[in-house]
Amino acid sequence: MTTFLGMPALPAFGSGNLFAGESFPKAAHRELGNAQLRANLGHATHTIRDKRQAVVSELPDWEQLRDAGSAIKESVMARLPDLLEEFEKNFTARGGVIHWARDAREANEIVAGLVRETGETEVVKVKSMATQEIGLNEYLEEQGIEAFETDLAELIVQLDHDKPSHILVPAIHKNRTEIRDIFLREMPGADPALTNEPPVLAMAAREHLRRKFLTAKVAVSGANFALADSGTLAVVESEGNGRMCLTLPETLITVMGIEKLLPTWQDLEVFMQLLPRSSTGERMNPYTSLWTGVTEGDGPQNVHLVLLDNGRSAALADEMGRSALHCIRCSACMNVCPVYERTGGHAYGSTYPGPIGAILSPLLTGIEAEENSSLPYASSLCGACYDACPVKINIPDILVHLRSVDVDSKRGTRKVPSQMDVGMKAASWALSSGKHLGLVEKGLPLGRLAAGRDKKIKKLPGIAGGWTQSRDIPAPPTQSFRDWWAKEHKSAAPSQAAPSRDDKETQQ
Amino acid sequence: MRIALFATCIVDAMYPATAKATVRILERLGHEVVFPEGQACCGQMHVNSGYLKEAVPVVANHVAAFDTADYDVAVAPSGSCVASVKHQHPMVARSCGDAALEARATAVGAKTYELSELLVDVLGVTDAGAQLGSYFPHRVTYHPSCHGMRLLRLGDRQSRLLRTVQGIDIADLPEADQCCGFGGTFSMKNADVSSAMLQDKAANVEATGAELCTGGDASCLMHIGGGLSRQGSSTTTLHLAEILASTMEEPASVTGEVRVSTGKALR
Ligand code: SF4
Repeated sequence: MTTFLGMPALPAFGSGNLFAGESFPKAAHRELGNAQLRANLGHATHTIRDKRQAVVSELPDWEQLRDAGSAIKESVMARLPDLLEEFEKNFTARGGVIHWARDAREANEIVAGLVRETGETEVVKVKSMATQEIGLNEYLEEQGIEAFETDLAELIVQLDHDKPSHILVPAIHKNRTEIRDIFLREMPGADPALTNEPPVLAMAAREHLRRKFLTAKVAVSGANFALADSGTLAVVESEGNGRMCLTLPETLITVMGIEKLLPTWQDLEVFMQLLPRSSTGERMNPYTSLWTGVTEGDGPQNVHLVLLDNGRSAALADEMGRSALHCIRCSACMNVCPVYERTGGHAYGSTYPGPIGAILSPLLTGIEAEENSSLPYASSLCGACYDACPVKINIPDILVHLRSVDVDSKRGTRKVPSQMDVGMKAASWALSSGKHLGLVEKGLPLGRLAAGRDKKIKKLPGIAGGWTQSRDIPAPPTQSFRDWWAKEHKSAAPSQAAPSRDDKETQQ
Repeated sequence: MRIALFATCIVDAMYPATAKATVRILERLGHEVVFPEGQACCGQMHVNSGYLKEAVPVVANHVAAFDTADYDVAVAPSGSCVASVKHQHPMVARSCGDAALEARATAVGAKTYELSELLVDVLGVTDAGAQLGSYFPHRVTYHPSCHGMRLLRLGDRQSRLLRTVQGIDIADLPEADQCCGFGGTFSMKNADVSSAMLQDKAANVEATGAELCTGGDASCLMHIGGGLSRQGSSTTTLHLAEILASTMEEPASVTGEVRVSTGKALR
């Protein structure tokens, strides 16, 4: 890709907090060992899953809404450059300023520059995936600017110097007692008598944040939607802290991925139904803030938007994978994912965990990035994510597609082929002809030898050892079905009319 | 009706009794069963592991074996293999740019049914006890596999059939719609996560107090059964086809020590 959006040559892939530092199986192994994490996650995902199911079942036209959401997003991807220009025109006309960022580094520099211009050294933040993706807080810190998260869960994670593990509930991996301990340790002026009751904890956070809201001159936010026809940005949230940030400071800087556009105001109707039900299991989210440029005498007078590519055009170029950009970050897929439920978000090593992360991270950063290439395999392809996704992203199909891109990218590059390569090649031979398979099945009695006296195989070599780590294999039968059938039908006329058989014989 | 049996590689090699049971059910209903000899495997393992190139000959073989006018419908006692035939085969053909293969694969897919789908939708079986003579006096729990549930949308076809088996005592499986963690090569590539999922599935099966866990996919049952066996559980797995084929005169052979249920059938 050479030109896009009228910008000079793009870096093909994104950067920032999208890369895994280690392979998924390794990270998952470590996280699985954390019993507390598993209990917290199991409890939280089940609760939110049930809530979502209940509010989704209320809508008789849920499937049509999903279709509409998917169709709108598809049309956005098909004419993204035009829509972005339309948005830019309208946003600018209303007094906003647009900045284009190719990758994480550019976006961070733009934001830091804007903050510096205000002469401030503190910013308050609305929960935002885009700024996490680019590692903005860390960058600002290097530049001597302190960023304060105002979303309760983000605040918890930030105080604990931890990383979010869920896109909607960043502290999903922590329980109440752990949170109280974090507040006591890290929150200046926290009451030593703090209990682990949710209202008590919420009040403590509220007091802490109120001081920030009233003094901050600069806020940084993300955006859930951008409406091209009016140049409007939208943030939906549950706590109202976002609204404080969006309205109180003098300067508002928003960082948003270029895929968040919707063509018209009217399209928002569909997503305002899809998003809250899918994410928090609510019929409607408590706070929806919309702003169109600057309104004189009301709210921030200095309004900026950084439009972030960071690998999105690379994802767009992948015909099979591009629909991953439809994602509205509702987190429904991770709440129903059996893999996420057991490993938690940190195992995915990216800002975007769970099923969507398993496809989005490699799409944004390239499957060649070694540790990232294990992500598309982090799924049993059970399909629960596809069923839950409000914009119908066929995550299982994209996972399979990315696996094939991974396999193909490694073809012929290894000096010694991997066990998987060898096995798949052999299996392709055995399974591509009835004769071949029949020959292999002649070896079934050998398999019986591998079984112990209890007629179970308990240990296999190589990668198959993953199976016998926790599962037995029954001893194979003495005869395959194919052989049995051939023997049964030996005397049959060429017409293959089924001979009558004694049912008893069909028993093993 | 002339029905072509797609035994699937795992049933053919590891669970011939399941294929035999399928044949018996269909013959009992008065249909003729044929076994296209060239058949081997649906290629799902290759596709799902990303080895599309290696999947091509496997898919081509399946299409060649079943691309004949010699039968009315094809059936397989496996939801995931049928899903692969229907959804993956045309995709694999497309990926190698073979439009003719894609057209043939699509046609084969349209004629291929999962067993319960065929029984309920095409052959009109609503009462297995009355129409098939199915009799199975055991306490059984049922696991609907992911691909049957979400790719084929089998709905309650399998459990409805199961509930009409004479003498059966059905125990509902908690969290039945949760994946058992098999996922083909996922169970090897991500063995730890797969094991954790299996552990929960096995615990749920155990919690029902059932003697057997049944379902429509041999591979999921091998996985769940393998886990139960490793944990020293006396609960085993048995394919739905074998329960439907089981009669008073010819009861299904069940491995392990399975008690005959004395409980009343819950229907
Ligand atoms: S992929 Fe779908 S379900 Fe998952 S977060 Fe995005 S929109 Fe929600």
